[in-house]
Amino acid sequence: MRSLFPFLKPYRKECVLSPLFKLFEAVLELFVPLIMAAIIDNGIQARDTGYVLKMGLVLVGLGLLGFLSSITAQYFAAKAAVGFAARLKAALFAHIQRFSYTELDTLGTPTLINRMTTDMNQVQTGVNMTLRLLLRSPFVVVGAMVMAFTVDSRAALIFVALIPLLALVVAGLMRLTLPRHRQVQGQLDRVLLHTRENLTGVRVLRAFGKQDDETAAYEADTQRLCDMQQRVGRLSALMNPLTYVLVNGALAALLWSGAMQVQSGALTQGAVVALVNYLSQILVELIKFANLIVTITKAIACAGRIETVLAIQPSMAQPAQPMDAPAAAECVRFEDVSTRYQNAGDDSLSHISFTALRGQTIGVIGGTGSGKTTLVNLIPRFYDATQGRVLVNGVDVKQQDMDALRRKISIVPQKAVLFEGTIRENLLWGDLSATDEQLWRALETAQAAEVVRGKAGGLDEPVEQGGRNLSGGQRQRLTIARALVKQPEILILDDSASALDYATDAALRTSLRQMEGGATVFIVSQRASSIRHADLILVLDDGELAGSGTHEQLLKDCPVYQEIYYSQYPKEAV
Amino acid sequence: MKTASARKDTLLQVLRYVGRYKGYLAASLVLCVITVASTLYVPILTGSAVDLLIGPGQVNLDGLWPLLMKICALVAITALAQWLMGLCNNRMTYGAVRDIRMDAFRRIQRLPLSYLDQQPTGDLVSRVIADVDQFADGLLMGFTQLFTGVLTILGTLFFMFSVNGIIAAAVVVITPLSLVVAAFIARRTYKMFTLQTQTRGEQTALIDEMVTHQKVVRAFGMERETQRRFEEINGRLEKCSLRAIFYSSLTNPATRFVNAMVYACVGVAGALVAVSTGGITVGQLSAFLSYANQYTKPFNEISGVVTELQGALACAGRVFDLINQPAETPDAPDELKRVDGSVTLEDVCFSYTPDRKLIEHFNLKVSPGQRIAIVGPTGCGKTTLINLLMRFYDVDAGVIKVSGQPIRGVTRHSLRSAYGMVLQDTWLKAGTIRDNIKMGRENATDEEIVAAAKATHAHSFIKRLPDGYDTVITEDGGSLSQGQKQLLCITRVMLCLPPMLILDEATSSIDTRTEQRIQRAFEKLMTGRTSFIVAHRLSTIQTADVILVMNQGNVIEQGTHEELLNRGGFYAKLYQSQFQQA
Repeated sequence: MRSLFPFLKPYRKECVLSPLFKLFEAVLELFVPLIMAAIIDNGIQARDTGYVLKMGLVLVGLGLLGFLSSITAQYFAAKAAVGFAARLKAALFAHIQRFSYTELDTLGTPTLINRMTTDMNQVQTGVNMTLRLLLRSPFVVVGAMVMAFTVDSRAALIFVALIPLLALVVAGLMRLTLPRHRQVQGQLDRVLLHTRENLTGVRVLRAFGKQDDETAAYEADTQRLCDMQQRVGRLSALMNPLTYVLVNGALAALLWSGAMQVQSGALTQGAVVALVNYLSQILVELIKFANLIVTITKAIACAGRIETVLAIQPSMAQPAQPMDAPAAAECVRFEDVSTRYQNAGDDSLSHISFTALRGQTIGVIGGTGSGKTTLVNLIPRFYDATQGRVLVNGVDVKQQDMDALRRKISIVPQKAVLFEGTIRENLLWGDLSATDEQLWRALETAQAAEVVRGKAGGLDEPVEQGGRNLSGGQRQRLTIARALVKQPEILILDDSASALDYATDAALRTSLRQMEGGATVFIVSQRASSIRHADLILVLDDGELAGSGTHEQLLKDCPVYQEIYYSQYPKEAV
Repeated sequence: MKTASARKDTLLQVLRYVGRYKGYLAASLVLCVITVASTLYVPILTGSAVDLLIGPGQVNLDGLWPLLMKICALVAITALAQWLMGLCNNRMTYGAVRDIRMDAFRRIQRLPLSYLDQQPTGDLVSRVIADVDQFADGLLMGFTQLFTGVLTILGTLFFMFSVNGIIAAAVVVITPLSLVVAAFIARRTYKMFTLQTQTRGEQTALIDEMVTHQKVVRAFGMERETQRRFEEINGRLEKCSLRAIFYSSLTNPATRFVNAMVYACVGVAGALVAVSTGGITVGQLSAFLSYANQYTKPFNEISGVVTELQGALACAGRVFDLINQPAETPDAPDELKRVDGSVTLEDVCFSYTPDRKLIEHFNLKVSPGQRIAIVGPTGCGKTTLINLLMRFYDVDAGVIKVSGQPIRGVTRHSLRSAYGMVLQDTWLKAGTIRDNIKMGRENATDEEIVAAAKATHAHSFIKRLPDGYDTVITEDGGSLSQGQKQLLCITRVMLCLPPMLILDEATSSIDTRTEQRIQRAFEKLMTGRTSFIVAHRLSTIQTADVILVMNQGNVIEQGTHEELLNRGGFYAKLYQSQFQQA
């Protein structure tokens, strides 16, 4: 909670003024019963029409003044809450953008999106309501009691007894219901999971004929949810009747003791009416306050979740004194590199060493989970090596400025991701200042020019979110073009050709070879055909380097490579 | 927008669901009348009590006692009725919600895939969860507040007019003011809220896209550009949120202001009446005042409830739309018996939409134990064939027979359990690894499970998981790699050993070495079993008995590897491109 306060600081003025105006309004409201008492005691009993009208005007004036001060309070509260949320949101978004891959992997996308949206909205509402009402309701309750004292101190003792009792009932019920509400929410999440699971897995479930089992399990879940809701409902339903009984019990007591006082002449009839009015004001405020507490509790829980994300420090730091790494003949070098993912029991890569020279093509091949992607992710420092050194242009990547390092490298990830916008906007991600001519050259190389030419809008053809309006192969070719627009020193294709048919894959490799500028290219693949002409092939097996060399060398003396190769090219076909 | 008759149908259906709780509904209504009547009667009694306290020495203590007793009794009755009404409403609402959810789920289980494939999953989920929830809230609020509100207003008017007509008339005159103010604010607010919702949607879309693909943002160093775009939207959102929230927060002060005016009006009018004619006692005036305090409240609540109810009805409409979807055609009563593994497709025609023809007059005869390979570029319609074989979709014309029996003449369950299916899209359910493997055979022993896992080479990685076979995986695999998930899906089929197999690009994200091992296991499995294999890798299907080459939804070539190569058509081109030199 506390670490979020600095975001409220620019709105200090609003945070003070809003409750202040609210309190002023409450004070005005508290005067109303007194004036009514005066009308009864002085106006009616003295039959003074002028006095009645005068006091009536005062009532109208109080109402108007209260209205204005209340509007002012609402404005300040809204301004502080909305401004606070906007600042917090921008800060959280910026914070997420500093996370390393490790944090992104651990936290997961849905969590982060929820923090940025649902939780933020709850916190905004919480701040707004707190500023408006948190002080007001207790103030009116206590204020009514104080005013009761000014009317008559003996009758006021009833208020003194009543208020703690009410507080006890409200707080007690809250304590009982809140954890149960959370349980209901948890059960609802299970029902949701169950529903979604049955939709995404509909083919498998039907193939195995599980419909009846699933329905039975779902009905049990829904029934449990219903039972839980009933249980909470039974408790929540007590709130209104209990407070009603307490307040009206106090009313009866008040009338009785009031009668005694009036009898003895210590109290007037109008004063009794005023006291009764104070009681009903308390009842109204109490209901509001109970709702407010629910809102605030929710907001605090959400704020806590936002805080935990903000508290996570990016595990990867920029070097204090970054070193320049101008292009060198020895482009990428791994020195006895091992790495392990957070919370993983075993190394994903162990003791890898190799050197890639400028302009070379490096093939990386190996089984699922053998560490191919991990290896290439170490080059742009998406993860850190836990042991050994990764050098780019002869300088350890940990000593280079992260942005400068990544500017040298283009990576085409396994999953072809495009963003909403136009094709041009997507390609410009590679280099915001690229000309159309440069874009077309990249498209030609990536075998994507025909894709763009086939679209009515050409480069301005809109791309829907996630690139839904393009086929898998088209998306993949465009992501390759995007990487080429950057004109990188190092180009990494992480199994990027898997959605391409063999002919396109081959054409792509041919044109990459002919590309000017002499980039060092890493090709990760499971197809031997994709990497067989590489200058250096790295064969990974369970995180270890099972062999490295050219195709011919490996075919001669690397059993793992032989096994992979011959599984795809039966001996007689070669 | 929905037509009036559609809304009426929705309402009728809501009533049918609520109708199952007729007893509770009736009880709730009766209790509501009791609550409102007794709540409104208390101020009158209080007023009478006040009238007994005229001044020093003039207090009628003997008359006061019975009044106080009456008040206490009424309060007790009110509280009890209120509580019981709450319980009835809970029963009714949560019960109806449960019924609707169960019906929706049962319907989902019986909906044809042609419907489910067209609906985004998120949309269906939000109908069953969020819409039903909002409907429940609206329903609960509707029952408690609408009815109570209307009764309170009528009751208040009745009591006021019965006490004093002139003052009551004054109150009635001010009433429309409150409604006008509320409507004025609502109109203003609505516009701002729409703008806020739009902008918020824009922001959520950006967050969703950028956070989901944060790694790409990072790889291209676009953090600053992204942040700039975010802050631009954030600034706009801040502006319109402020307006929306401020305008909407005016309702409360405004209605309280109107309330204050009613209060002042009652006070002054009452006092004037008392002064001039004495037509009202102080106690009665006090009763009036407490009515004035709560008189406008139900009006505001009712206008809120009406919007809430409209929303609830819209939500109900969306759920009912799902529940009322026609289910798949009922099953024939017969079971598929004696599966020998022969499959024939006779003159089959099929298309997803009538205007785009897909498979036309397709014939295929598969003898028991044959291997059928389906090849073609991505999106060529290979999954369509699986949809037809598994009867996820029905053919438009022609017949598919398994072991000589037309598949439309047997139950879907018996047909589907004759196939073992591994889809490209690996799907696992939330639960333990063990639960997932034995999905096809609930009574499998641990030894059988381990044996199946060993056969598919899944055992070694399962063993290394924190809790082995009892490791709980989240929805759709979570921490498992794509390859591991695929191995589990294969193990699932390995365990039940059905007479026929369908493998849809099943091994595409497993490396060739593991795939080779699996192939060996499958080889064992496939002997004597009819198998349909969809694969990108040509090497794995060279041994197939029949190769179906598909392109743009149609089977364009059909034959063995050698036949097709010699023909020099589409397949030959596809095959040769694999060996093209880079």
